Parts: sequence; C-alpha cells; structure tokens
Amino acid sequence: MPVTTRRLAIASAAFVVFAASGGSALAQKKYDTGATDTEIKIGNIMPYSGPASAYGVIGKTEAAYFKKINDAGGINGRKINFISYDDGYSPPKTVEQARKLVESDEVLFIFNSLGTPPNSAIHKYMNAKKVPQLFVATGATKWNDPKDFPWTMGWQPNYQSESRIYAKYLLKEKPDAKIAVLYQNDDYGKDYLKGLKEGLSAKAASMITAEESYETTEPSIDNHIVKLKSTGADVFVDITTPKFAAQAIKKIAEVEWKPLHILNNVAASVGSVIKPAGYENSQGIISAAYLKDVTDPQWDNDPGMKEFLDFLAKDFPEGNKLDNSVIVGYGVAQTMVQVLKQCGDDLTRANVMKQAANLKDFRTEVLLPGVTINTSPTDFAPISQLQLQRFKGERWELFGDVISGDVGG
Amino acid sequence: MSAAIEDVVTESPGVIEAVPKRAMTLGTGTSLVMLGLLLLTPLFVKNFIIFQMTMLLIYGVAVLALNILTGGSGQFSLGQSAFYAVGAYTSAILMEHAGMNYALTLPIAGIICFAFGFLFGQPALRLSGVYLALATFALATAMPQLLKLGYFEQWTGGVQGLVVTKPDPPEAVQSMLSWLHLKMSQDMWLYYFTLVITIAIYIFSVNLLRSRSGRAFMAIRDNEIAASAMGVDVALYKTLAFGVSAGITGVAGGLGAITVQFVAPDSYTITLAISLFLGMVVGGVGWLPGSIVGSAFIIFVPNIAEGISKGLSGAVFGVLLFLVIFLVPHGARQVAIVGQQLIGRFRKN
Repeated sequence: MPVTTRRLAIASAAFVVFAASGGSALAQKKYDTGATDTEIKIGNIMPYSGPASAYGVIGKTEAAYFKKINDAGGINGRKINFISYDDGYSPPKTVEQARKLVESDEVLFIFNSLGTPPNSAIHKYMNAKKVPQLFVATGATKWNDPKDFPWTMGWQPNYQSESRIYAKYLLKEKPDAKIAVLYQNDDYGKDYLKGLKEGLSAKAASMITAEESYETTEPSIDNHIVKLKSTGADVFVDITTPKFAAQAIKKIAEVEWKPLHILNNVAASVGSVIKPAGYENSQGIISAAYLKDVTDPQWDNDPGMKEFLDFLAKDFPEGNKLDNSVIVGYGVAQTMVQVLKQCGDDLTRANVMKQAANLKDFRTEVLLPGVTINTSPTDFAPISQLQLQRFKGERWELFGDVISGDVGG
Repeated sequence: MSAAIEDVVTESPGVIEAVPKRAMTLGTGTSLVMLGLLLLTPLFVKNFIIFQMTMLLIYGVAVLALNILTGGSGQFSLGQSAFYAVGAYTSAILMEHAGMNYALTLPIAGIICFAFGFLFGQPALRLSGVYLALATFALATAMPQLLKLGYFEQWTGGVQGLVVTKPDPPEAVQSMLSWLHLKMSQDMWLYYFTLVITIAIYIFSVNLLRSRSGRAFMAIRDNEIAASAMGVDVALYKTLAFGVSAGITGVAGGLGAITVQFVAPDSYTITLAISLFLGMVVGGVGWLPGSIVGSAFIIFVPNIAEGISKGLSGAVFGVLLFLVIFLVPHGARQVAIVGQQLIGRFRKN
C-alpha cells in the first residue's frame, strides 16, 4: 500500500511537472528584436515631403489607428510603437531610412512603406536581412513572389489583376472593340498596360489600335485625347492618376467623343475626380473597385462605413474623408492588427510572416461586400478581388459578380 | 594649428568671391586629425552608421566636384544630378549586364561623365551666371525622363530601375583579418573602399587647383577678360572645368549606386542637384574641405528637421537653412576661420 501510494505520488508528481513544463512550453513567449512583453515596434516609410507627399496621409491615418488600438489596451497586452520616417519618395533615402529602422531603431518589421521605386530599393535588403516588408503600399505585381522574396508582401489588388478584369469584360461584351489606351509613363502605367495586353492575349494586337503615354510633368493631357479620338477607337482605357483623369473626362465630353470609357481604380474617386469633371460628363464610365467609396451615398447607413467615420471623427479629425488614401490607410492598418492578433505571444519575424500568409477570409469592413483577404504560403496577394462598377447619376453602381484576377509576380 | 586658412575672407562685389588658392585646403595637422577620425570611427559604430558615413563621403565627393566648378572656375551648375545619374547608371549597367567588377566600373563612369560634361560644356560656353544655371537646370530635369525612355529600357530597367549586387570584401582582406579573428562586413569594406577613393579625389583636386590649370580656372573666375589677355584659353579651360567636375560627380554616382544597391530615375531628380548646390554653399564656396560639412548638412539636417516636426519637416528645414545662411553666409569656411582666430588669440595670451 505505501509502495503504491508512493508510486502514485511519484507518477502524479511527474505528471504535474510534465504538464507544467508542457503548459509553459505552449505559452512560452518568443520574441525577435523589436518585440517585448509590453511593446511591438513597427517601422514605416512614407513620402511626407516631395512629389508624392499627398500619400503621406496614409502614414498619418495608420499612426492614428494604432494609437486608437493602444488606447484600448493594445494587442494581447502589447502597445504598438509606430515609427514612421520620411523618404521624400527618393529611393536612396528609403534605403537609409529602412536601415535606420532595422539596424538602429530595431523594429520587428517594416509595414506599408509606400511607392514602387522606394520599395524596390529595399526589396533585396529586407529579404537578405530576413525582416518582413509587409503590405507595401504599391500595386506593382512583383510583390507577389513568395518563392524568391519570402519576406515581402503587398496588400492592394495589383494593377495587372485589375486590367485583366477589364480585358475579360471587353472580350465578353465588345469583342470587336477598337481600343485606345492612355497611360502614365511609369511603372504603374506600364504594369496596367501589360495586364491589359495579357488579358486580351492573342487579340491584343488587333484590338488595341492606339497607345499614348503622358508624363506627370505635363500640365494637361488634352492633346493626347484629341489624338486618340482621331484614331476612331470606340473604347477608351484610361490609366491615369486623379488630376489627369478629371481632365480626360472633361476633354472627351468637349470633343464629343463617345467611347466606352474604362477608368482605372486609381482615379475612381467620386470626390476628387468625377465631381470636378462633372457628373453629366461621367455617365456610363466603367471602373473596378475593392473599397467602399466614402462619397458614395449607398454606404451612408453601412455599419462598416459608420465605424470608419467614427474613427475619423474621434481619432483622426484632421483626416479628409474624401481622400481615398485615408480609407486605404485604415483598411491596411486593420489587416496589420489582425496579423498581430494571430501571432499571439510568438512575435518572431518568421511567425509574423507565417501569420501574414495565413489570412483566411479576413474582412475589414471598408472592403466591398464579398471581397475578402486571403493569403497562403504560395499566395502573397492579400486582395485579388474586384467588382466592376458603372457610374450612374451621382454614384457608382456595382454590377456583375466579385471577380478574381490573380496574377503572380 | 593650421596655417592655411589664415587669410581673412575679403568681401568682393562678384557673385563668387575670390578665394585665394592657399585658403582652399586644410593645414597638415587638421587634415591628419580628420583622416584619423574617418579611419577609426567605423570600428566602433553600427553598420547603419557606417552606411551613413559612406553616403557622407559620396555626397562629399559630389559636392567637391561642384566646388571645383563653381568655386574654382566660377561657373554655376544645377545639373550635377544628371552627371551623378550617368555615373550611377554606368556602374550599375556594367556590373549587372556586363558582369564587370565594381571597382573597374568607377573609372569608366568617370571617363564617360568627363566626356559628357566636356561636351555639355561646349554649348554652355556661351552662357554665364544665371543663364548657365538655367541651362544646367534643364539637363537635370531632362535626365530622369531620358532614363525612362523605352529605347534604353533593356539596359536601364526603365522606371523599375536596376538592383545592384553589393560587393563582398575581397578574399585577401578577409583572410588577413581572419588571422586576427576579425570579420569585415560588406558595409565596412565599402566604407574603406569609398574612403580611399575620396582621399585620392581630394588630393587630385587640391593639386589640380594648385597647378597651372587651377590657376587658369581661378583667373577665369576672377576676370575672364584679364585671363584671356594673359593667354589663358578661356573656352578650353571652362569646358575642362565642366569635364573634370562631371567626371568626379560620375565617380560619386557610381559609388552611390554600389552603396545604395539600386538605381532608378526617381533617385536622380532635380532635388538631388539642388541638395548638392546647397551642400556647396553651406560648406563654403571654394573651400574644398567644406564639401564634407555640406554633405553632412544635406544628409543629417533633413533627419533633424523630421525629428522636430513630422508634418512641418520642410518648413523646419527651411528655417534651419535660413539661419545658417543668415548667421554664417560663407558656410563652414567662416566657422573654421573664426575658430582659428580664437585659437590664435589663446596662444597669444
């Protein structure tokens, strides 16, 4: 009897020890540089000055959102320390700032750095250092390349996916179309054009009758519109940024050209493009979207939009709700918070990347209904769905299904 | 301490004042202290700081090149970013497409930029002062767009730019250090590599300005008519100054490409040209050692300004710049002279 008791005691003691050690192993906190029991350091690089300074508001929105999260207790008890630097959209400066963040400030990862050239400049560095370069703020297609660059991930739908969707639509609705394309002469414009051509595949050569490019330094693109009209095209694919898009819409009405106007999502804002160009000139324009447009009255009573407007009113009153960048910053910050929540107490760089590649049907409520964020170890393109929309009256009307246009880098 | 900068700055009515050539350099003592600092600091700091110091040297060389042109021969240029870009792209293309060793690409970048600058100097001869500044400004605005041209895209990578591989320290250096159980990082190697080139260029520039050609530059700067009356071939020396300046800028560009590991049209906009111009003015026009001070100003002051206020970093930078120009209009040179006078007074007492 005493022997058995002793045995039992030993066994149970052993079990208790085992369970305790097992339990502590499960709950063990793992950290890389930049994370502690109380803090998660996140780096960010934005063009607060220079030619692209209009996008700097994305960084300010994110800072406001993380502050709101911190005020509510942080993520799993840890506060976010958001360190955001200015690179003036100059790649050499981006390299300097990225190195400062990684080597001097010792952040856990860099989040949502903006622009294709700046991100290209640090692409190799981040991957060599094995520091996540998460949710970069550019639509270039090359960020979705988990095999060669396992530490870099985009967020928004890439440009090629979007123009493939237009190509699909044109092939179905207007197979005999004569397409005139106007694009901005940079990486963004060329990426779109490439997607369009690949989407049209064999018919690209015969369908695209005119291609014109413009420089951002041109004061007006009117002459390009006149030239494209003279080619007799009946579809106009408009790959321009907001200022030029508004000019194009106006000029097309002025010269009484009546093509099917396809406008890229970059310039689909009602507030900054359509309204200045005139509602009457914009009827029937087709575009694609993945985010809700604040200026669109159909979301007036939408709970997700209300939450966003509450955030603006309470935590970020200086933000202009008509600025599309604000809603982008809000959405991407929410995605980041979700990834960090999934990480739990394992805040290593490898796990951050693993969780970022493990988003399943995640939604931030500023996305259009039906659009979800999905990633996997082989799919580093978080948002790849868009829905077509047609401008009618004073707002966009969504039509058709949510379409996926996955393209790998 | 240094006998070289004893000459007091003389006010002259011209835009660029006459700087006596002895006042263009540092004394031996000061030079050795500087050299010692540049040699030893990297051993004690993080890789990131070493990287910043490398950039400091590279921009220092580019500012020095502009200093030879403006301070030496009296010609303005707001187009240095274009030469910098040509140098950077030459190095990047030779390294990535031709597989050439990074060190060999630098003289080639220098020669190509020398030729480019010399040729550009020809039409620029007819212009002077603000008109020349505008002509070079045109060059700087045109360059990023030229780099984007579809025609060159297969080499330049167009708007996407080119990624450059960072060089490792050579085997010989590594094996030598391994005896001492040390290991040299890529950043540190690149720093010393840049330092050697910077010193070589500095010595070359100092000697150039002290030579017959240098005297010709300065004669043109001070009075073109008098210079030609003395038998100086004004046209030749003016274009030569452009060529030399562009060549040195090209080497700096090449080093910049290797250090940053990336070239793209957006890296070489007019902002860069203006920064270099700013660096020259802050360092002191015509005072070669000031180039490194000017370079420090354009690298670190924007960071300081950002630290003070994120939203108003541009305005803070403007205020700081205004203060510098208002308080010390002759830049670092003036500070050095005042410092020297103070030391002199101490010695007397």
